[in-house]
Order: sequence, then structure tokens, then C-alpha cells
Amino acid sequence: MNPTVDALRARFGGAIMRAEVVWSETTVYVEAARIAEICAWLESDPSQSYEYLSDVTAVEYRDGVRPIEVVWHVRSLKHRRFLRLKAEIPKDGSTPLRVPSVHGVWKGADWLERECYDMFGIVFEGHPDLRRILMWEQYKEGFPLRKDFPLRGRFSRSEQLKQALAANPEARYSMEELSISDAFEDLPADMRQRLTNEKVGE
Amino acid sequence: MTTSTKKRTLEVALSTTGLGPDGKPMRVPLGAEGFMTPHESMEPELEGEHMLINIGPQHPATHGVLRLVLELDGETVVRCIPHVGYLHCGFEKIGEYRQYNQIIPWTDREDYLNSMGNNVSFALGAERLFGIEITERCKVLRVIASELSRIISHLVWLGTTCIDIGAFTPFLWAFQERENVYNLLERWTGARLTTSGTRVGGMIADVPEGWTDQLRHFLEKFPKTLDEIERMLNKNAIWVGRTVGLGVMSPQEALNYGLSGPMLRASGVAYDVRKDFPYLDYETYDFDVPVGTNGDVYDRFLVRQEELRQSVRILEQALKRLPDGPVNIDDPRLILPPKTKATSGMESMIHHFKLVMEGPRPPIGESYVATESPKGEKGYYFVSDGTAKPVRWRIRPPSYVNLSAIPKMVEGHLLSDVIAINASIDIVMGEIDR
Repeated sequence: MNPTVDALRARFGGAIMRAEVVWSETTVYVEAARIAEICAWLESDPSQSYEYLSDVTAVEYRDGVRPIEVVWHVRSLKHRRFLRLKAEIPKDGSTPLRVPSVHGVWKGADWLERECYDMFGIVFEGHPDLRRILMWEQYKEGFPLRKDFPLRGRFSRSEQLKQALAANPEARYSMEELSISDAFEDLPADMRQRLTNEKVGE
Repeated sequence: MTTSTKKRTLEVALSTTGLGPDGKPMRVPLGAEGFMTPHESMEPELEGEHMLINIGPQHPATHGVLRLVLELDGETVVRCIPHVGYLHCGFEKIGEYRQYNQIIPWTDREDYLNSMGNNVSFALGAERLFGIEITERCKVLRVIASELSRIISHLVWLGTTCIDIGAFTPFLWAFQERENVYNLLERWTGARLTTSGTRVGGMIADVPEGWTDQLRHFLEKFPKTLDEIERMLNKNAIWVGRTVGLGVMSPQEALNYGLSGPMLRASGVAYDVRKDFPYLDYETYDFDVPVGTNGDVYDRFLVRQEELRQSVRILEQALKRLPDGPVNIDDPRLILPPKTKATSGMESMIHHFKLVMEGPRPPIGESYVATESPKGEKGYYFVSDGTAKPVRWRIRPPSYVNLSAIPKMVEGHLLSDVIAINASIDIVMGEIDR
């Protein structure tokens, strides 16, 4: 087992739930609300120095009960260690799909978290620019990698075609671009409203 | 109406649509000072005016369907907002509905310049999930496959970057050599681009008779082409002038942005998955990891160029040690029996049927295997619930993370340098959008 696990337990105590080793890879389950704090320590502490973020993603299981897991893969190049961090979010709707962003620790988390939001609908709190990245801004079918999302998409083919034909390809501007492009008034009303109320994922 | 000395009245007047204050066309004779002063409302404010320019998604210099929105102050980039996703086809979602061996064709199509390398990465990840050890011959063949893919990918990068920056000849030389590697892959797997070369537990086939000689012949000739390209570019005033000092990333920044592969090593961080987290016995091969010092476009070029030479070294060693023996593991639950046996023996027929209809089942568990793709750390993450299809198949795309640093890299550079910096990232949109 990765020696970091003991160091994490000594430092964060109750926030570290359980650890397991599968195929010589160590997985640590941590409290979702404290992930940013834990990552900041892992990155900056000289005895750990996990300076490289490999991946941020999520896993949803096929059964309806197991919680959704948000997964961080981190590496320490100095100590040649690899660690998988996981935070569980119950799927029963009692808890919103929200975890703190690690963008403040690793800038590389920017697009990885955006993709995770785009595909699973997990909101990373504190991310400076959390919006869809692979799907387009007006995409209405939901979050494609969720298990309740059918492989062919949620809408019928004719509905998908109708929406694609009706879409305004010029409207794909972010809030940032709008401040310099004056295209704001040309956008569809619902998108205008969504962009101005600054709420993501609602 | 007062004339401000600050404003360049003559030029502004000539650059307007030529309409007078009453909305009618007006003639402006040169030198007619008093008449020149245009109406206040017609005069654009030049100071602080930023321009929004859109590059792509359909543009040859964006290397695929990438769209960059640039905010320019004159010709200098103030801000860059990239848009990706035009090629998104949901590979990860489709993978959840496929058996493990059925996913391999999808790995060809994500980073299509490194298809053989992706096949190898995928097989390694799946094999860790299944908990199996592959044969010695298979390991060496996979090293050969990965390094040949690296050569293809770096050659395409070199050629297309040359075109972007304005050199045409190295492009032809690079693509000629790439053709030779594709001929090798075609003889081995039957396909040039979409190789699907591996299976869980082995390879699609052993290399054919005489293939190693063909590879040896290629390895003798290839360094000469590299020398020629080096003579052509390394001290070329235009090439150096257009690449040095562009898109600089410091080692700390490069690490923090999650860059990997030649991008990271050009910044001076010697992180190579083959050395730091070895797989396929890479630790037993003798090769160097080239590292840059400045982290600019020129260093990335030098690093990739040296990696080509190191790949040749690895290939030579792999050819020397290529052992005899079987390529596939001896496990009828994973590997299809020979066709003659499947139609004559009862046992083999049952195995064949079960493998095709149900597919091999890994134990419950998960695995993340990273390999050094030509673009950087390519990771495959599998989660299994014990059925024949993965619960989650995740690609960690190196060029996706590398591209996310482009707003930082192009800031403050000229518009024409954006093309060079974008080229230096070595993106493949198939991998970024998946």
C-alpha cells in the first residue's frame, strides 16, 4: 500500500474513510467536501509532493444504489508514487452532485473538471469557468455518461435533427466572449438568461 | 466642430464608408483640411479597441476541427478562448456497451496517428484488470509496435508543423518515411491506419516471415533522413526565428498545467512514463529521455527530433532480443482457438462460442494504466463489475490536457505565432473530442 495513506490518516483523520489496493494501485476514499484541502496538502507537502494531476473523472455503477464516485488520479514524480482518490456522492438525490474544485491546486484540472461536469453533471465548486466543453452550450438532453442516459440519446432522431437545424451556430459564445463581441442580444432568450444568472448546471 | 490633434482625421475620413453627416456620399479631395474633419459620430475610437477573430473550426492550421477565438490588440493576442468538441462521438459511452476486445477498434480512432500505441495501452490496461501476464515475445512485439507508432506520429507532427511555418521539403521527406512504417504495419496487421493490432492477452497476429528484415532495413535508412531534416531545419534562420522564444512554459507551470510528453520535457521536466512508471520492461532498454531547457516551440521540436532517434535505438534493441515462442497466452477463456480446431474439436468449439457470444469476464475491480504515447501520458482507466462489459472506460487524453494550456501559451504573442504554438502542442482532435 502507498505510504501516503498513513500520512493522510495522520493528517486528516476522519476525512479519510477507507483505503484499498486493487492490482497494486492504491485507492483512498475521502470526504467529498474536503477534497480541495486534501489535494492542496498532497501537492505542497514536501514529503508527498504529488505535483502532477493525471486525471479527473467519475464513475457511475449500473445498479441504482451504489453512489457515484468522483475519481482523481495523482502522481508524485519525485517519489514515483501513484494514488487514486475517490469521493462518493449518494445517488438517491439527498445530496447535490457537488464537490470542491481542485483548479486552485492544479491548473490542469480546468478542462478535466469541465468534461466531468459536461458528461456527468457533477458541479465543481470554485471552478472559474465551469461550462460544457465537448457538448454544445444549448445541449438539452442531459449528461451523456450517466447510466440513465440511453446510448442513442434522449431525444428521438427527428427531434435531434429538428434542434440541430434550428440551432444558431453563431450563438456558441461564452460569457467571456460576450463581453467583447456584442453578440449577446442575438442569442436565444433562454440562453441569455442562463448566462446572466451565472448559475451552472441548473 | 473642433478638430482634435490626437485623432488622425485624414486617415479616418478615408477609411470610413465615405458618407457625409447627412448620410449622402461625399467626395474628399486630398489636402482639403477643413473639409476633412468628419462628423463626431462617424469617427471610430481607435485607442483600446480590441478585435475578435475566429480561427477554425475548418482551417488546415488548426490540425483538425479546433476553434480558437482570439481577442487581438493590433496583432497581439490578448486572450484566447479555445472551443473543442466538434468531433465528439462518445467513445467512452459506446465502450460501456461493448466487450473488451470489441473496444479495441475504437482505440484506433481516437489518436489515429498512434493507433498501434493505443491498442497496446488498451490491452495493457485490460490485462491488468484481468490479472494476466503476457508472453515474452508479445512484450517485445508490443514495444516494437509502440515505437513504430511514435515514429509515425512524430513524423506527421514534423511534416505538418513545417507546412504551418512555411517549409515544404521536410514535409515530403517525413511523409515518405512514414509511408515505409505504414507498409510495415500493413504487412503485420493488414491495416495501415486503423490497425486494431492487439487482443486482451496477445496480438492479432505474429509478425510475418521476413518482417524483421524489412524493419531492420528501415532502421538503417531512417536515421539518414533524420540527418537531412536536421541539416535542413536546426540552424535554418527562418525556422529558428519563427520558433525560438514562443509559447514558453516554465517547468513549474508545465507541471501545474498537467502537460505531458514532449511538451513537458521541453520545459525541462524529465517525466517519461517509460522511465518513471515502466511497463513492458522498458526499464531494461537502454535509451535516453531528451529534455529541453527553454520550453519554447524550438525546444519541443528538438525534443521530438531526438525522440525519433531514441525510438530507433529502442527498436534495434528490441529486434536483437526478440525471443521465439508463442505470442498469445495459453488461456482458452481469453484467446480464440485456431480456426481448424474450432471446427473440429468439441472443447475448442465451446470456447470459441463462449468467447464470441459472451466475451471474457474480468474480476470485479479497476485499473489505470498509463503509457507514454507520442503526445504524452495516455491513460486507460477501467472499472469492472464482473460482467463482460466495462462499467466505465475512460481515456486520459494527453493532447486534451496539453491543449488546455494554449490560452496561457499564446498570450502576448503575435497572431502568426499562434499557428506555430498550436502546431507545437501536437494535437489530434480525434483524441481530444473522442
